Amino acid sequence: MSFDVCDLYQEVILEHGRYPRHAGRPPRHDATARGDNPMCGDRVEIFLSYAPDGRIADARFDARGCAISIASADLMVDAVAGLAPDDARRIFSRFEDMARTGACPDGDAMMEPLRPLAGVHAYPSRVKCATLPWHTLMAALEGGGQATSE
Amino acid sequence: MNHFAPVALDVARIRQDFPILTQTVRGKPLVFLDSAASAQKPRAVIDAMVTAMETQYANVHRGLHWMSERTTEAYEATRDDVARLLNAADRAEIVFVRNSTEAINLVAYSYGRGVLKPGQAVLISAMEHHSNIVPWQMLRDERGIELRVAPITDAGELDMAAFELLLADGKVGLVAITHMSNVLGTYTPAARIVQIAHAHGAKVLLDGSQAVVHRRVDVQALGCDFYAFTGHKLYGPTGIGVLWARRELLEAMPPFMGGGDMISSVSYERSTWAAVPHKFEAGTPAILEGIGLGAAIHYVEAIGYDAIAAHEQALTEHAILRLSAIDGLTILGHAQDRGGVVSFTLANAHAHDVATLLDRSGIAVRAGHHCAEPLMHRFGIESTARASFAIYTTPAEIDFLADALVRVREFFA
Ligand SMILES: Cc1ncc(COP(=O)(O)O)c(C=O)c1O
Repeated sequence: MSFDVCDLYQEVILEHGRYPRHAGRPPRHDATARGDNPMCGDRVEIFLSYAPDGRIADARFDARGCAISIASADLMVDAVAGLAPDDARRIFSRFEDMARTGACPDGDAMMEPLRPLAGVHAYPSRVKCATLPWHTLMAALEGGGQATSE
Repeated sequence: MNHFAPVALDVARIRQDFPILTQTVRGKPLVFLDSAASAQKPRAVIDAMVTAMETQYANVHRGLHWMSERTTEAYEATRDDVARLLNAADRAEIVFVRNSTEAINLVAYSYGRGVLKPGQAVLISAMEHHSNIVPWQMLRDERGIELRVAPITDAGELDMAAFELLLADGKVGLVAITHMSNVLGTYTPAARIVQIAHAHGAKVLLDGSQAVVHRRVDVQALGCDFYAFTGHKLYGPTGIGVLWARRELLEAMPPFMGGGDMISSVSYERSTWAAVPHKFEAGTPAILEGIGLGAAIHYVEAIGYDAIAAHEQALTEHAILRLSAIDGLTILGHAQDRGGVVSFTLANAHAHDVATLLDRSGIAVRAGHHCAEPLMHRFGIESTARASFAIYTTPAEIDFLADALVRVREFFA
Protein backbone atom coordinates (compact mmCIF):
# COMPACT_ATOMS: atom_id res chain seq x y z
CA MET A 1 0.00 0.00 0.00
CA SER A 2 1.42 3.35 -0.95
CA PHE A 3 -0.37 5.38 1.69
CA ASP A 4 0.17 5.17 5.37
CA VAL A 5 -3.53 4.73 6.10
CA CYS A 6 -3.82 1.04 7.02
CA ASP A 7 -5.24 2.11 10.36
CA LEU A 8 -8.19 3.79 8.64
CA TYR A 9 -8.80 1.95 5.41
CA GLN A 10 -8.57 -1.62 6.54
CA GLU A 11 -9.44 -4.27 3.99
CA VAL A 12 -12.81 -4.88 5.69
CA ILE A 13 -13.71 -1.23 5.29
CA LEU A 14 -12.69 -1.00 1.68
CA GLU A 15 -14.64 -4.17 1.00
CA HIS A 16 -17.85 -3.03 2.75
CA GLY A 17 -17.44 0.46 1.33
CA ARG A 18 -17.27 -0.92 -2.18
CA TYR A 19 -19.77 -3.76 -1.95
CA PRO A 20 -22.20 -3.02 0.88
CA ARG A 21 -24.49 -5.96 1.63
CA HIS A 22 -27.37 -4.09 3.16
CA ALA A 23 -27.69 -1.17 0.79
CA GLY A 24 -30.99 -0.50 -0.90
CA ARG A 25 -34.52 0.61 -0.19
CA PRO A 26 -36.78 -2.20 1.00
CA PRO A 27 -40.31 -2.44 -0.42
CA ARG A 28 -41.75 -1.83 3.04
CA HIS A 29 -40.47 -0.70 6.40
CA ASP A 30 -41.78 0.11 9.87
CA ALA A 31 -39.52 3.04 10.66
CA THR A 32 -37.14 5.26 8.78
CA ALA A 33 -34.92 8.25 9.37
CA ARG A 34 -32.59 10.36 7.34
CA GLY A 35 -29.21 11.65 8.47
CA ASP A 36 -27.28 14.52 6.96
CA ASN A 37 -23.77 15.70 7.42
CA PRO A 38 -24.11 19.39 6.62
CA MET A 39 -20.34 19.77 6.42
CA CYS A 40 -20.01 17.65 3.34
CA GLY A 41 -23.49 16.95 1.98
CA ASP A 42 -23.33 13.25 2.79
CA ARG A 43 -26.62 11.58 3.55
CA VAL A 44 -27.89 8.27 4.80
CA GLU A 45 -31.41 6.90 5.09
CA ILE A 46 -32.15 3.94 7.33
CA PHE A 47 -35.18 1.66 6.96
CA LEU A 48 -36.14 -0.67 9.79
CA SER A 49 -38.62 -3.46 10.05
CA TYR A 50 -39.54 -4.86 13.44
CA ALA A 51 -40.30 -8.41 14.50
CA PRO A 52 -43.55 -8.97 16.44
CA ASP A 53 -41.59 -8.95 19.70
CA GLY A 54 -40.15 -5.53 18.95
CA ARG A 55 -36.69 -6.61 17.88
CA ILE A 56 -35.05 -5.18 14.77
CA ALA A 57 -35.86 -7.82 12.19
CA ASP A 58 -34.12 -6.19 9.29
CA ALA A 59 -32.40 -2.96 8.39
CA ARG A 60 -31.40 -1.48 5.09
CA PHE A 61 -29.81 1.79 4.15
CA ASP A 62 -29.54 4.10 1.21
CA ALA A 63 -26.46 6.26 1.45
CA ARG A 64 -24.40 8.64 -0.49
CA GLY A 65 -21.06 9.13 1.10
CA CYS A 66 -17.48 8.11 1.49
CA ALA A 67 -16.05 4.64 1.99
CA ILE A 68 -16.02 5.11 5.75
CA SER A 69 -19.68 6.07 6.05
CA ILE A 70 -20.90 3.31 3.74
CA ALA A 71 -18.80 0.67 5.46
CA SER A 72 -19.93 1.91 8.85
CA ALA A 73 -23.60 1.71 7.82
CA ASP A 74 -23.11 -1.80 6.46
CA LEU A 75 -21.28 -3.07 9.53
CA MET A 76 -23.85 -1.40 11.75
CA VAL A 77 -26.69 -3.33 10.13
CA ASP A 78 -24.79 -6.57 10.69
CA ALA A 79 -24.36 -5.58 14.31
CA VAL A 80 -27.93 -4.60 15.16
CA ALA A 81 -30.03 -7.02 13.13
CA GLY A 82 -31.96 -9.21 15.54
CA LEU A 83 -31.40 -6.93 18.52
CA ALA A 84 -33.94 -5.28 20.77
CA PRO A 85 -33.83 -1.48 20.35
CA ASP A 86 -32.32 -0.98 23.81
CA ASP A 87 -29.47 -3.32 22.98
CA ALA A 88 -28.85 -1.43 19.75
CA ARG A 89 -28.71 1.80 21.77
CA ARG A 90 -26.15 0.26 24.08
CA ILE A 91 -23.93 -0.73 21.17
CA PHE A 92 -24.28 2.75 19.75
CA SER A 93 -22.89 4.30 22.88
CA ARG A 94 -19.96 1.87 22.90
CA PHE A 95 -19.39 2.56 19.21
CA GLU A 96 -19.34 6.29 19.80
CA ASP A 97 -16.77 5.85 22.55
CA MET A 98 -14.64 3.73 20.27
CA ALA A 99 -14.81 6.21 17.40
CA ARG A 100 -13.76 8.98 19.76
CA THR A 101 -11.03 7.22 21.69
CA GLY A 102 -9.89 4.45 19.39
CA ALA A 103 -10.27 1.90 22.18
CA CYS A 104 -12.34 -1.16 21.43
CA PRO A 105 -13.11 -3.24 24.54
CA ASP A 106 -11.49 -6.67 24.34
CA GLY A 107 -13.71 -9.70 24.55
CA ASP A 108 -16.82 -7.74 23.57
CA ALA A 109 -18.36 -10.01 20.97
CA MET A 110 -20.82 -7.35 19.82
CA MET A 111 -18.11 -4.79 19.24
CA GLU A 112 -15.54 -7.06 17.68
CA PRO A 113 -16.92 -6.80 14.11
CA LEU A 114 -16.93 -3.02 14.45
CA ARG A 115 -13.32 -2.83 15.58
CA PRO A 116 -12.00 -2.01 12.07
CA LEU A 117 -13.64 1.40 12.45
CA ALA A 118 -11.67 2.25 15.58
CA GLY A 119 -9.04 3.86 13.35
CA VAL A 120 -11.25 6.89 12.63
CA HIS A 121 -10.41 8.34 16.02
CA ALA A 122 -7.05 9.45 14.57
CA TYR A 123 -8.87 11.45 11.86
CA PRO A 124 -11.06 13.95 13.70
CA SER A 125 -12.67 15.22 10.51
CA ARG A 126 -13.75 11.69 9.64
CA VAL A 127 -15.29 10.57 12.93
CA LYS A 128 -18.65 11.92 11.80
CA CYS A 129 -18.51 9.81 8.67
CA ALA A 130 -18.49 6.72 10.87
CA THR A 131 -21.09 7.90 13.39
CA LEU A 132 -23.67 9.40 11.02
CA PRO A 133 -25.33 6.02 10.21
CA TRP A 134 -25.59 5.32 13.94
CA HIS A 135 -27.15 8.67 14.74
CA THR A 136 -29.61 8.00 11.95
CA LEU A 137 -30.41 4.56 13.32
CA MET A 138 -31.09 6.10 16.71
CA ALA A 139 -33.46 8.60 15.10
CA ALA A 140 -35.27 5.75 13.34
CA LEU A 141 -35.59 3.88 16.64
CA GLU A 142 -37.06 7.00 18.22
CA GLY A 143 -39.77 6.89 15.61
CA GLY A 144 -38.12 8.56 12.66
CA GLY A 145 -37.18 11.98 11.52
CA GLN A 146 -33.91 13.70 10.92
CA ALA A 147 -30.48 13.25 12.35
CA THR A 148 -27.39 15.25 11.71
CA SER A 149 -23.78 14.58 12.46
CA GLU A 150 -23.49 17.94 14.20
CA MET B 1 7.46 17.96 -17.45
CA ASN B 2 7.67 21.66 -17.89
CA HIS B 3 5.08 23.73 -19.66
CA PHE B 4 6.20 26.97 -18.20
CA ALA B 5 6.84 30.18 -19.91
CA PRO B 6 9.17 32.24 -17.78
CA VAL B 7 7.27 34.65 -15.57
CA ALA B 8 8.44 37.55 -13.52
CA LEU B 9 7.60 35.92 -10.24
CA ASP B 10 10.29 34.37 -8.09
CA VAL B 11 8.38 31.64 -6.27
CA ALA B 12 11.40 30.46 -4.30
CA ARG B 13 11.82 33.92 -2.84
CA ILE B 14 8.14 34.35 -2.20
CA ARG B 15 8.03 31.05 -0.33
CA GLN B 16 10.63 32.40 2.08
CA ASP B 17 8.16 35.13 3.02
CA PHE B 18 5.67 32.56 4.32
CA PRO B 19 6.95 31.03 7.56
CA ILE B 20 4.35 28.26 7.59
CA LEU B 21 5.63 26.75 4.36
CA THR B 22 8.62 25.30 6.18
CA GLN B 23 6.33 23.18 8.33
CA THR B 24 6.08 19.46 7.85
CA VAL B 25 2.80 17.54 8.06
CA ARG B 26 2.93 13.93 9.18
CA GLY B 27 6.65 14.05 8.55
CA LYS B 28 6.27 15.33 5.00
CA PRO B 29 6.74 18.81 3.58
CA LEU B 30 3.49 20.75 3.57
CA VAL B 31 1.94 20.98 0.11
CA PHE B 32 -0.76 23.54 0.69
CA LEU B 33 -3.29 23.48 -2.11
CA ASP B 34 -6.20 24.96 -0.16
CA SER B 35 -5.53 28.67 -0.48
CA ALA B 36 -8.97 29.37 -1.95
CA ALA B 37 -10.42 28.48 1.44
CA SER B 38 -7.93 30.71 3.22
CA ALA B 39 -4.46 31.78 2.17
CA GLN B 40 -1.30 31.58 4.26
CA LYS B 41 0.19 34.76 5.70
CA PRO B 42 3.46 36.40 4.72
CA ARG B 43 5.89 37.60 7.36
CA ALA B 44 5.00 41.20 6.47
CA VAL B 45 1.41 40.69 7.63
CA ILE B 46 2.42 38.86 10.78
CA ASP B 47 4.97 41.55 11.63
CA ALA B 48 2.58 44.42 10.99
CA MET B 49 0.09 43.01 13.46
CA VAL B 50 2.66 42.09 16.09
CA THR B 51 4.42 45.44 15.78
CA ALA B 52 1.15 47.27 16.21
CA MET B 53 0.41 45.34 19.39
CA GLU B 54 3.91 45.85 20.71
CA THR B 55 4.43 49.49 19.88
CA GLN B 56 1.34 51.30 18.76
CA TYR B 57 -2.06 50.22 19.91
CA ALA B 58 -5.18 51.86 21.27
CA ASN B 59 -8.80 52.15 20.24
CA VAL B 60 -9.40 54.09 17.06
CA HIS B 61 -11.50 57.16 16.24
CA ARG B 62 -11.98 57.91 19.94
CA GLY B 63 -8.92 58.85 21.88
CA LEU B 64 -7.42 62.28 21.92
CA HIS B 65 -4.11 60.78 22.92
CA TRP B 66 -1.04 59.94 20.92
CA MET B 67 -1.51 56.17 20.85
CA SER B 68 -5.07 56.41 19.60
CA GLU B 69 -4.13 58.92 16.94
CA ARG B 70 -1.27 56.76 15.63
CA THR B 71 -3.43 53.63 15.66
CA THR B 72 -6.23 55.44 13.86
CA GLU B 73 -3.75 56.59 11.21
CA ALA B 74 -2.44 53.08 10.68
CA TYR B 75 -5.91 51.58 10.53
CA GLU B 76 -7.30 54.28 8.26
CA ALA B 77 -4.29 53.98 5.96
CA THR B 78 -5.66 50.58 5.00
CA ARG B 79 -8.79 52.29 3.71
CA ASP B 80 -6.56 54.16 1.31
CA ASP B 81 -4.79 50.92 0.41
CA VAL B 82 -8.09 49.24 -0.40
CA ALA B 83 -9.29 52.25 -2.38
CA ARG B 84 -6.10 52.06 -4.43
CA LEU B 85 -6.35 48.27 -4.80
CA LEU B 86 -9.86 48.49 -6.21
CA ASN B 87 -9.36 51.85 -7.91
CA ALA B 88 -12.27 53.30 -5.98
CA ALA B 89 -13.06 56.93 -6.70
CA ASP B 90 -13.35 57.84 -3.06
CA ARG B 91 -11.94 56.34 0.15
CA ALA B 92 -15.29 56.90 1.83
CA GLU B 93 -16.67 54.18 -0.41
CA ILE B 94 -14.66 51.55 1.47
CA VAL B 95 -16.62 49.95 4.30
CA PHE B 96 -14.77 47.60 6.61
CA VAL B 97 -16.65 44.47 7.59
CA ARG B 98 -15.65 41.08 8.96
CA ASN B 99 -15.59 39.15 5.70
CA SER B 100 -17.37 38.75 2.37
CA THR B 101 -20.31 37.13 4.07
CA GLU B 102 -20.88 40.20 6.20
CA ALA B 103 -20.40 42.50 3.21
CA ILE B 104 -23.13 40.69 1.28
CA ASN B 105 -25.41 40.59 4.31
CA LEU B 106 -24.88 44.31 4.75
CA VAL B 107 -26.11 44.91 1.22
CA ALA B 108 -29.01 42.47 1.65
CA TYR B 109 -30.00 44.23 4.83
CA SER B 110 -29.42 47.90 4.10
CA TYR B 111 -29.96 47.99 0.35
CA GLY B 112 -32.33 45.03 0.19
CA ARG B 113 -34.60 46.17 2.99
CA GLY B 114 -33.96 49.89 2.70
CA VAL B 115 -34.05 50.51 -1.04
CA LEU B 116 -35.48 47.48 -2.89
CA LYS B 117 -39.25 47.17 -2.85
CA PRO B 118 -41.50 44.11 -2.57
CA GLY B 119 -42.24 42.93 -6.08
CA GLN B 120 -38.70 43.60 -7.23
CA ALA B 121 -36.24 40.75 -7.73
CA VAL B 122 -32.63 39.88 -6.98
CA LEU B 123 -30.82 37.87 -9.64
CA ILE B 124 -27.96 35.55 -8.68
CA SER B 125 -26.25 32.82 -10.68
CA ALA B 126 -26.15 29.04 -10.40
CA MET B 127 -22.53 29.13 -9.24
CA GLU B 128 -22.76 31.15 -6.07
CA HIS B 129 -21.22 30.48 -2.70
CA HIS B 130 -23.84 30.00 0.03
CA SER B 131 -22.94 33.45 1.31
CA ASN B 132 -24.35 34.92 -1.90
CA ILE B 133 -27.49 32.79 -1.79
CA VAL B 134 -28.76 32.63 1.76
CA PRO B 135 -28.91 36.40 2.49
CA TRP B 136 -31.13 36.83 -0.58
CA GLN B 137 -33.33 33.93 0.43
CA MET B 138 -33.80 35.56 3.81
CA LEU B 139 -34.65 38.83 2.08
CA ARG B 140 -37.13 37.04 -0.17
CA ASP B 141 -38.87 35.32 2.71
CA GLU B 142 -39.03 38.45 4.80
CA ARG B 143 -39.81 41.10 2.21
CA GLY B 144 -41.40 39.37 -0.75
CA ILE B 145 -38.48 40.19 -2.98
CA GLU B 146 -38.22 37.52 -5.65
CA LEU B 147 -35.01 35.52 -6.00
CA ARG B 148 -34.02 34.51 -9.51
CA VAL B 149 -31.17 32.23 -10.52
CA ALA B 150 -29.37 32.59 -13.84
CA PRO B 151 -28.33 29.20 -15.22
CA ILE B 152 -24.82 28.21 -16.22
CA THR B 153 -23.65 26.04 -19.09
CA ASP B 154 -22.09 22.60 -18.75
CA ALA B 155 -18.71 24.27 -19.18
CA GLY B 156 -19.45 26.28 -16.06
CA GLU B 157 -19.98 29.65 -17.70
CA LEU B 158 -22.85 32.02 -17.17
CA ASP B 159 -25.56 31.48 -19.79
CA MET B 160 -25.62 35.06 -21.05
CA ALA B 161 -28.78 34.71 -23.14
CA ALA B 162 -30.71 33.28 -20.21
CA PHE B 163 -29.21 35.92 -17.95
CA GLU B 164 -30.45 38.73 -20.15
CA LEU B 165 -33.87 37.13 -20.45
CA LEU B 166 -34.21 37.05 -16.67
CA LEU B 167 -33.71 40.82 -16.64
CA ALA B 168 -36.16 41.50 -19.44
CA ASP B 169 -39.23 42.33 -17.35
CA GLY B 170 -37.37 45.11 -15.58
CA LYS B 171 -38.19 43.77 -12.11
CA VAL B 172 -34.65 42.91 -11.15
CA GLY B 173 -33.33 45.62 -8.87
CA LEU B 174 -30.03 43.95 -8.07
CA VAL B 175 -27.79 41.40 -9.73
CA ALA B 176 -25.58 39.68 -7.14
CA ILE B 177 -23.03 37.46 -8.79
CA THR B 178 -19.63 35.98 -8.24
CA HIS B 179 -16.67 37.53 -10.01
CA MET B 180 -14.85 34.19 -9.85
CA SER B 181 -16.33 30.84 -8.83
CA ASN B 182 -14.65 29.20 -5.85
CA VAL B 183 -15.54 25.79 -7.30
CA LEU B 184 -15.26 26.04 -11.07
CA GLY B 185 -12.61 28.73 -11.25
CA THR B 186 -14.77 30.57 -13.77
CA TYR B 187 -14.27 34.31 -14.09
CA THR B 188 -17.61 35.83 -14.98
CA PRO B 189 -17.66 38.51 -17.69
CA ALA B 190 -18.24 41.18 -15.08
CA ALA B 191 -18.08 44.26 -17.31
CA ARG B 192 -20.65 42.79 -19.70
CA ILE B 193 -22.85 41.67 -16.85
CA VAL B 194 -22.83 45.22 -15.53
CA GLN B 195 -23.64 46.68 -18.94
CA ILE B 196 -26.60 44.38 -19.44
CA ALA B 197 -27.85 44.78 -15.88
CA HIS B 198 -27.63 48.56 -16.00
CA ALA B 199 -29.44 48.60 -19.34
CA HIS B 200 -32.30 46.89 -17.51
CA GLY B 201 -32.19 49.18 -14.52
CA ALA B 202 -30.49 46.78 -12.10
CA LYS B 203 -27.53 47.49 -9.84
CA VAL B 204 -24.71 44.95 -9.64
CA LEU B 205 -22.96 43.43 -6.64
CA LEU B 206 -19.85 41.41 -7.45
CA ASP B 207 -18.62 38.81 -4.97
CA GLY B 208 -14.89 39.27 -5.43
CA SER B 209 -13.80 36.87 -2.68
CA GLN B 210 -11.79 34.77 -5.12
CA ALA B 211 -11.31 37.19 -8.00
CA VAL B 212 -9.37 39.86 -6.16
CA VAL B 213 -6.74 37.35 -5.14
CA HIS B 214 -5.67 36.52 -8.65
CA ARG B 215 -6.18 39.57 -10.82
CA ARG B 216 -6.27 43.32 -10.64
CA VAL B 217 -9.77 44.60 -9.96
CA ASP B 218 -10.85 48.05 -11.08
CA VAL B 219 -14.35 48.80 -9.86
CA GLN B 220 -14.61 51.91 -12.00
CA ALA B 221 -13.64 50.06 -15.15
CA LEU B 222 -16.00 47.21 -14.29
CA GLY B 223 -18.74 49.73 -13.68
CA CYS B 224 -20.28 47.71 -10.86
CA ASP B 225 -22.12 49.18 -7.88
CA PHE B 226 -20.99 46.95 -5.00
CA TYR B 227 -17.86 44.85 -4.64
CA ALA B 228 -17.20 42.48 -1.74
CA PHE B 229 -14.06 40.66 -0.69
CA THR B 230 -12.54 39.01 2.33
CA GLY B 231 -9.07 39.71 3.74
CA HIS B 232 -8.00 36.21 4.70
CA LYS B 233 -7.98 34.92 1.14
CA LEU B 234 -5.78 37.83 0.06
CA TYR B 235 -2.94 36.79 2.39
CA GLY B 236 -4.36 39.01 5.12
CA PRO B 237 -5.77 38.11 8.52
CA THR B 238 -9.21 36.73 9.27
CA GLY B 239 -11.85 39.03 10.68
CA ILE B 240 -11.48 41.83 8.14
CA GLY B 241 -13.28 42.19 4.85
CA VAL B 242 -14.39 44.95 2.54
CA LEU B 243 -17.55 46.23 0.99
CA TRP B 244 -16.97 48.81 -1.69
CA ALA B 245 -20.07 50.65 -2.90
CA ARG B 246 -20.77 53.80 -4.84
CA ARG B 247 -21.00 56.70 -2.47
CA GLU B 248 -24.50 57.74 -3.48
CA LEU B 249 -25.73 54.21 -2.80
CA LEU B 250 -24.12 54.11 0.62
CA GLU B 251 -25.64 57.47 1.40
CA ALA B 252 -29.10 56.29 0.42
CA MET B 253 -28.87 53.13 2.49
CA PRO B 254 -29.92 52.91 6.14
CA PRO B 255 -27.30 51.69 8.64
CA PHE B 256 -26.68 47.98 9.11
CA MET B 257 -25.99 47.84 12.84
CA GLY B 258 -26.41 50.47 15.50
CA GLY B 259 -23.91 51.39 18.17
CA GLY B 260 -20.81 53.40 18.82
CA ASP B 261 -18.78 54.95 16.01
CA MET B 262 -21.67 54.96 13.54
CA ILE B 263 -23.52 57.95 14.96
CA SER B 264 -23.28 61.66 14.66
CA SER B 265 -25.36 62.35 17.76
CA VAL B 266 -27.51 60.33 20.09
CA SER B 267 -30.39 61.33 22.30
CA TYR B 268 -33.17 59.15 23.63
CA GLU B 269 -35.54 60.67 21.10
CA ARG B 270 -33.37 60.34 18.07
CA SER B 271 -29.94 59.58 16.75
CA THR B 272 -28.31 60.79 13.59
CA TRP B 273 -25.85 58.82 11.58
CA ALA B 274 -22.21 59.42 10.94
CA ALA B 275 -21.10 60.09 7.38
CA VAL B 276 -20.21 57.17 5.15
CA PRO B 277 -18.41 54.85 5.53
CA HIS B 278 -18.60 55.11 9.34
CA LYS B 279 -22.39 54.89 9.27
CA PHE B 280 -21.85 51.20 8.47
CA GLU B 281 -19.07 50.54 10.94
CA ALA B 282 -20.69 50.20 14.35
CA GLY B 283 -18.52 49.33 17.30
CA THR B 284 -14.78 48.92 17.73
CA PRO B 285 -13.53 47.57 14.43
CA ALA B 286 -10.99 44.83 13.74
CA ILE B 287 -8.12 47.24 14.28
CA LEU B 288 -5.18 44.86 14.12
CA GLU B 289 -6.74 42.91 11.30
CA GLY B 290 -7.26 46.13 9.38
CA ILE B 291 -3.60 46.96 9.84
CA GLY B 292 -2.72 43.42 8.73
CA LEU B 293 -4.85 43.75 5.62
CA GLY B 294 -2.97 46.91 4.70
CA ALA B 295 0.30 45.00 4.91
CA ALA B 296 -1.15 42.22 2.76
CA ILE B 297 -2.19 44.68 0.09
CA HIS B 298 1.27 46.25 0.06
CA TYR B 299 2.76 42.79 -0.23
CA VAL B 300 0.56 41.81 -3.17
CA GLU B 301 1.12 45.13 -4.90
CA ALA B 302 4.88 44.79 -4.58
CA ILE B 303 4.72 41.47 -6.43
CA GLY B 304 2.27 42.91 -8.90
CA TYR B 305 -0.92 41.50 -10.33
CA ASP B 306 0.60 40.95 -13.77
CA ALA B 307 3.14 38.53 -12.36
CA ILE B 308 0.58 36.94 -10.04
CA ALA B 309 -1.94 36.39 -12.83
CA ALA B 310 0.70 34.96 -15.18
CA HIS B 311 2.05 32.63 -12.51
CA GLU B 312 -1.37 31.32 -11.56
CA GLN B 313 -2.47 30.98 -15.15
CA ALA B 314 0.56 28.81 -15.87
CA LEU B 315 -0.06 26.73 -12.74
CA THR B 316 -3.70 26.23 -13.63
CA GLU B 317 -2.89 25.14 -17.17
CA HIS B 318 -0.27 22.77 -15.83
CA ALA B 319 -2.72 21.33 -13.29
CA ILE B 320 -5.44 20.82 -15.88
CA LEU B 321 -2.97 19.07 -18.16
CA ARG B 322 -1.63 16.78 -15.45
CA LEU B 323 -4.97 16.01 -13.78
CA SER B 324 -6.98 15.42 -16.92
CA ALA B 325 -4.43 12.79 -17.93
CA ILE B 326 -5.45 10.68 -14.92
CA ASP B 327 -7.82 7.85 -15.73
CA GLY B 328 -11.19 8.25 -14.05
CA LEU B 329 -10.56 11.84 -13.01
CA THR B 330 -13.11 14.42 -14.11
CA ILE B 331 -12.52 18.13 -13.81
CA LEU B 332 -15.60 20.16 -13.00
CA GLY B 333 -15.89 23.26 -15.17
CA HIS B 334 -14.09 24.17 -18.35
CA ALA B 335 -14.57 27.89 -18.59
CA GLN B 336 -12.51 29.78 -21.13
CA ASP B 337 -11.64 32.43 -18.61
CA ARG B 338 -10.64 30.87 -15.32
CA GLY B 339 -8.53 31.38 -12.23
CA GLY B 340 -6.45 29.14 -10.02
CA VAL B 341 -8.86 26.57 -8.62
CA VAL B 342 -9.44 23.11 -10.03
CA SER B 343 -12.27 20.92 -8.71
CA PHE B 344 -12.43 17.27 -9.63
CA THR B 345 -14.00 13.94 -8.91
CA LEU B 346 -12.33 10.57 -9.08
CA ALA B 347 -14.26 7.49 -10.16
CA ASN B 348 -14.81 5.00 -7.31
CA ALA B 349 -13.44 7.35 -4.70
CA HIS B 350 -15.42 9.80 -2.64
CA ALA B 351 -13.88 13.26 -2.33
CA HIS B 352 -13.38 12.78 1.41
CA ASP B 353 -11.47 9.59 0.93
CA VAL B 354 -9.36 11.33 -1.70
CA ALA B 355 -8.62 14.21 0.67
CA THR B 356 -7.73 11.91 3.54
CA LEU B 357 -5.28 9.94 1.41
CA LEU B 358 -3.72 13.11 0.02
CA ASP B 359 -3.41 14.46 3.54
CA ARG B 360 -1.35 11.40 4.42
CA SER B 361 1.10 12.57 1.77
CA GLY B 362 1.20 16.06 3.27
CA ILE B 363 -1.08 17.50 0.59
CA ALA B 364 -3.88 19.79 1.77
CA VAL B 365 -6.88 20.01 -0.55
CA ARG B 366 -10.47 20.82 0.22
CA ALA B 367 -13.19 18.23 -0.21
CA GLY B 368 -16.92 18.63 0.06
CA HIS B 369 -19.54 20.88 -1.44
CA HIS B 370 -17.42 24.03 -1.01
CA CYS B 371 -20.38 25.97 0.37
CA ALA B 372 -22.03 25.64 -3.03
CA GLU B 373 -24.56 22.84 -2.70
CA PRO B 374 -26.88 24.05 -5.46
CA LEU B 375 -23.91 24.16 -7.82
CA MET B 376 -22.99 20.58 -6.93
CA HIS B 377 -26.56 19.53 -7.68
CA ARG B 378 -26.42 21.38 -10.99
CA PHE B 379 -23.70 18.94 -11.99
CA GLY B 380 -25.45 15.96 -10.40
CA ILE B 381 -22.80 15.41 -7.74
CA GLU B 382 -22.51 15.90 -4.01
CA SER B 383 -18.92 16.83 -3.56
CA THR B 384 -15.59 17.34 -5.23
CA ALA B 385 -12.00 17.62 -4.19
CA ARG B 386 -10.48 20.99 -4.97
CA ALA B 387 -6.90 22.08 -5.43
CA SER B 388 -6.33 25.81 -5.38
CA PHE B 389 -3.24 27.82 -6.13
CA ALA B 390 -1.55 30.86 -4.72
CA ILE B 391 1.54 32.97 -5.28
CA TYR B 392 3.62 30.44 -3.32
CA THR B 393 2.41 27.37 -5.24
CA THR B 394 5.02 25.61 -7.39
CA PRO B 395 4.61 23.40 -10.46
CA ALA B 396 6.44 20.68 -8.54
CA GLU B 397 3.63 20.69 -5.97
CA ILE B 398 1.11 20.12 -8.72
CA ASP B 399 3.19 17.23 -10.06
CA PHE B 400 3.29 15.84 -6.54
CA LEU B 401 -0.50 16.08 -6.37
CA ALA B 402 -0.94 14.39 -9.73
CA ASP B 403 1.38 11.53 -8.79
CA ALA B 404 -0.43 11.07 -5.49
CA LEU B 405 -3.80 11.03 -7.26
CA VAL B 406 -2.66 8.19 -9.47
CA ARG B 407 -1.90 6.22 -6.33
CA VAL B 408 -5.27 7.19 -4.79
CA ARG B 409 -6.98 5.86 -7.85
CA GLU B 410 -5.10 2.58 -7.59
CA PHE B 411 -5.94 2.38 -3.92
CA PHE B 412 -9.67 2.50 -4.57
CA ALA B 413 -9.58 0.60 -7.86
C1 LIG C 1 -16.83 33.01 -3.87
C2 LIG C 1 -16.88 33.16 -2.38
N1 LIG C 1 -17.77 33.98 -1.82
C3 LIG C 1 -17.83 34.16 -0.50
C4 LIG C 1 -16.98 33.51 0.36
C5 LIG C 1 -17.13 33.75 1.83
O1 LIG C 1 -16.00 34.31 2.39
P1 LIG C 1 -15.97 34.53 3.97
O2 LIG C 1 -16.21 33.17 4.56
O3 LIG C 1 -14.62 35.04 4.28
O4 LIG C 1 -17.06 35.46 4.30
C6 LIG C 1 -16.03 32.64 -0.18
C7 LIG C 1 -15.09 31.89 0.67
O5 LIG C 1 -15.36 31.06 1.48
C8 LIG C 1 -15.97 32.47 -1.58
O6 LIG C 1 -15.09 31.64 -2.12
